[in-house]
Amino acid sequence: MSKGIIGKKLGMTQIFNEQGQVVPVTVIQAGPCVVIQRKTSAKEGYDAIQIGFVDPVGGKRASKPEKGHTEKHGVAPLRVMREFRVDAGDERKAGDSVTAAEFDAKAKVNVIGVSKGKGFAGVMKRHHFKGGRATHGSMFHRAPGSIGGSSNPSRVFPGMRMGGHMGNEQVTVRNLEIAKVDLENNLLLIKGAVPGPKGGYVVIKQEA
Amino acid sequence: MSHIIDQLEASLLRTDLPRITPGDTVKVHVKVKEGEKERIQIFQGIIIGIKGGGMRTSFTVRKVSEGVGVERIFPLNSPSVDKIEVIRHGKVRRAKLYFLREKLGKAGRLKERRVYEAAK
Repeated sequence: MSKGIIGKKLGMTQIFNEQGQVVPVTVIQAGPCVVIQRKTSAKEGYDAIQIGFVDPVGGKRASKPEKGHTEKHGVAPLRVMREFRVDAGDERKAGDSVTAAEFDAKAKVNVIGVSKGKGFAGVMKRHHFKGGRATHGSMFHRAPGSIGGSSNPSRVFPGMRMGGHMGNEQVTVRNLEIAKVDLENNLLLIKGAVPGPKGGYVVIKQEA
Repeated sequence: MSHIIDQLEASLLRTDLPRITPGDTVKVHVKVKEGEKERIQIFQGIIIGIKGGGMRTSFTVRKVSEGVGVERIFPLNSPSVDKIEVIRHGKVRRAKLYFLREKLGKAGRLKERRVYEAAK
């Protein structure tokens, strides 16, 4: 079944592939993650592992229920926890670590992260509207223009693209290639950009 | 946090290449793949600019071939650059020598900057 890990985006750089071509990569600190709980179909009704990102400074703000939960499984409190579905025959148990070794170079993965917040954005930034001319007497610059008819239909259709809050939402980027796996430093180098700021947490999933 | 990237880049940087500066006349040995075979092609010219830093460093080499100016940009840390030979150091006062593009023939020459072994 699918493989997954929690990572921390460190930033971007570039490397060279075997053909000597430049490949833009995002460097992701792939844990190490620790398995907190192994959920089974017998007990919870489905098979999954709950893992947490091991961070020396993380987990200080863990709530009492969170502390209780991690303590029960013999793990230190963690800041970021996620769950991944696994096969019924999966042998991993609480306390096991999950590292970058899970993944192979050249594999295709999906990366889920929270995009950078842009605040209240206009239609040009948010929906790529063209806008108007800046000079030559133009009085129409970045406005959205008409949002519908007047007397008929006498309302604005739902889904009309307008200004509003942009970013800070969950974004999934699919089919990104793993350019390199650095086992020594536990890093994953993923080709292309991934959502979120440097230091943001992302989930890396490999289907099938 | 980003010191991990710095370390990663440091491990990927090439240390076998000589130090190059704008104005240097260099021979760049480039690996060229032709089907299965790989051979070395030499591109000789003056470095008219170095761009970027760290892993992103690239340099532009200009030569005049049969009266036509030819410029090639090489990534410095690319494995396709086999080696770089520095033939001559030019005496220059700026980092980007784009003015050479407008100079034809004799006007496009640079005075040599002698580097003595002891000084190196």
